Amino acid sequence: MERLLQYALTGLSAGSLYALVALGIVLIYRSTRVLNFAHGDIATVATFVAFTMLTRRLPFWAALGASLLTGALVGVAFYLVVLVRAQRRGANLLGMVILTLGLALIIQGVVVYVWGAEPVSLPFPISDTRTYSVGLVVVSQLSLATMAAGLLGSVGLYVLVQRTRLGLAMRATSENLMAAQTLGIPTRLVLSVSWAVASALGVVAGIFLAPALLLDPFFMLDPFLKGFAAAVLGGLNSLPGAVVGALILGVAESLTGAYLTIQFKNTLAFVIIIVVLLVRPEGLLGREFKERV
Amino acid sequence: MDLVESYAEDLSFARKRVTRVLLGLVGAACVVLPWIAAEYVVFIATLIALYSIGVMGQNILIGYTGQISFGQAGFLAIGAFAFGHARGWGAPFLLALAAAGVAAALAGVVVGFPSLRLKGPYLAIATLGFGVAVYQIFVNWETLSGGRAGLAIPKLQSILGLPAATSTYYVYVLLLAAFTLATSNLVSSYVGRALIAIRDSDIAAEVNGVNLTRYKLLAFGVSSFYTGVHGALYAQVLGHIEPQIFNILESITLFVAVIIGGIASIEGSILGAAFVLLVPKVFADFREMVPVVYGVVILIVLIFEPLGLYGRWLKTRLYFQLWPFR
Repeated sequence: MERLLQYALTGLSAGSLYALVALGIVLIYRSTRVLNFAHGDIATVATFVAFTMLTRRLPFWAALGASLLTGALVGVAFYLVVLVRAQRRGANLLGMVILTLGLALIIQGVVVYVWGAEPVSLPFPISDTRTYSVGLVVVSQLSLATMAAGLLGSVGLYVLVQRTRLGLAMRATSENLMAAQTLGIPTRLVLSVSWAVASALGVVAGIFLAPALLLDPFFMLDPFLKGFAAAVLGGLNSLPGAVVGALILGVAESLTGAYLTIQFKNTLAFVIIIVVLLVRPEGLLGREFKERV
Repeated sequence: MDLVESYAEDLSFARKRVTRVLLGLVGAACVVLPWIAAEYVVFIATLIALYSIGVMGQNILIGYTGQISFGQAGFLAIGAFAFGHARGWGAPFLLALAAAGVAAALAGVVVGFPSLRLKGPYLAIATLGFGVAVYQIFVNWETLSGGRAGLAIPKLQSILGLPAATSTYYVYVLLLAAFTLATSNLVSSYVGRALIAIRDSDIAAEVNGVNLTRYKLLAFGVSSFYTGVHGALYAQVLGHIEPQIFNILESITLFVAVIIGGIASIEGSILGAAFVLLVPKVFADFREMVPVVYGVVILIVLIFEPLGLYGRWLKTRLYFQLWPFR
């Protein structure tokens, strides 16, 4: 029982990271119908910015702010410079996926060029060796902070989307772009904000993930794939779905590693998703899509 | 005027005399290349030939059928390891090659089943999951992958007493020619039109009597057959395989080749394969810049030249056909 709880907690901590990644992917997909394959790489470059600032002994909050800003700027710049132009020329889903893939490759190259391919460790104020015991389970300071960040990100996004005027505009834009434009909503601005917020959420995930492992140009690839899988599991057009999917994925993965096989931990996560999708193709909380010919 | 008068003419591989002459020139160039070029150049040409087969397979799936697949590295690995084991048991080259293709095609049909229900992004993640799963199975299952030492593959016997590199080159170029002809026949037949109909609108295709199940699975099967053969030929050239070769970057490289070469075009597949192989050679001194080049070219291609290198070739040809008018 203790062991179960302990592994479930580890899974929740991983799941909240996946949730942050998945929320960004879903936010972008909902608003611009783009699957952002560069999501992980935007987070990588921003985390490296934080790394540079922290090694120069700048305060943590400054580094966090700078890296969030970097992520948001890269996202908005890509949206305004590349995507708007491509959408004006009538790019389809495949085309957009490929564009983000192109951005991902560019960022990878730049990161390797500037920071090198050697793994480095991020100097981080929150330790992952100091632990607290809560009831039956032991929890490290880092995983507590990770869960807090996940919760904060999800709740913050909820408040933004459901409780503010800007959020109303975001929902209207993703519901029907034409109608939103007709009603005088500055859709380009709203979509830029969506890209900025989504990229920043990914950056938060990157910053909290980096201290748990070493920082190298490809460290976000695995969490990005998991976040993507979680988003698909929950339903690509549902924000709560992203969180639910991510937590399920995190816990399932952790329990698989504990009780079934540690080697095939990552594999089984993907197998679960494929099976769920075969039963319910639109994801757990997603709306069914209907298509007209 | 470019007038097609009969169906047989429409199906023919090279309809016009100019095309036939050009094809003959390309063929002649392929034949004399090993006698005039350095061994290194011949090796690169061999690689381009085998990559072209894989890119063509990927193009059948992405370009003609419109199904996004990020799991090509999985089929590559299956093809390569099936080939390696078959060669290890003493199977002759062509038989092992066929076995590799069939093994990958079977896996492709299995992966194709989700495509009957999943679309666009959902299919992308399912195939991506397949690629990751195959990679990890090969990495962790040592009897399958030959353990830490990897799998050694016996060298190809040279034919007609030619030097080894030259003989491999000829075999690969012949295979590429065979696959090119097969692809051209496939896409200009009923099957090809069915695949294109599925790409443009699967519901409309079904209404018009295209059996979606059969043709989607067929597309996955054929495409993974090509990819399996690509994996096998690659394994033969390397002479030694380990699962780490077939990672997600390999899937992305194939994808990039299709896009840059030109979607739904056979010539484009070969051009794309040449591109992704030559760029790393040209930028050998700045290895970290290779992905940047890929990325920038992808952005340029998609925004300014959606048909890729093939589209550029098409426009150049049109310019000369219409010259001196524009």
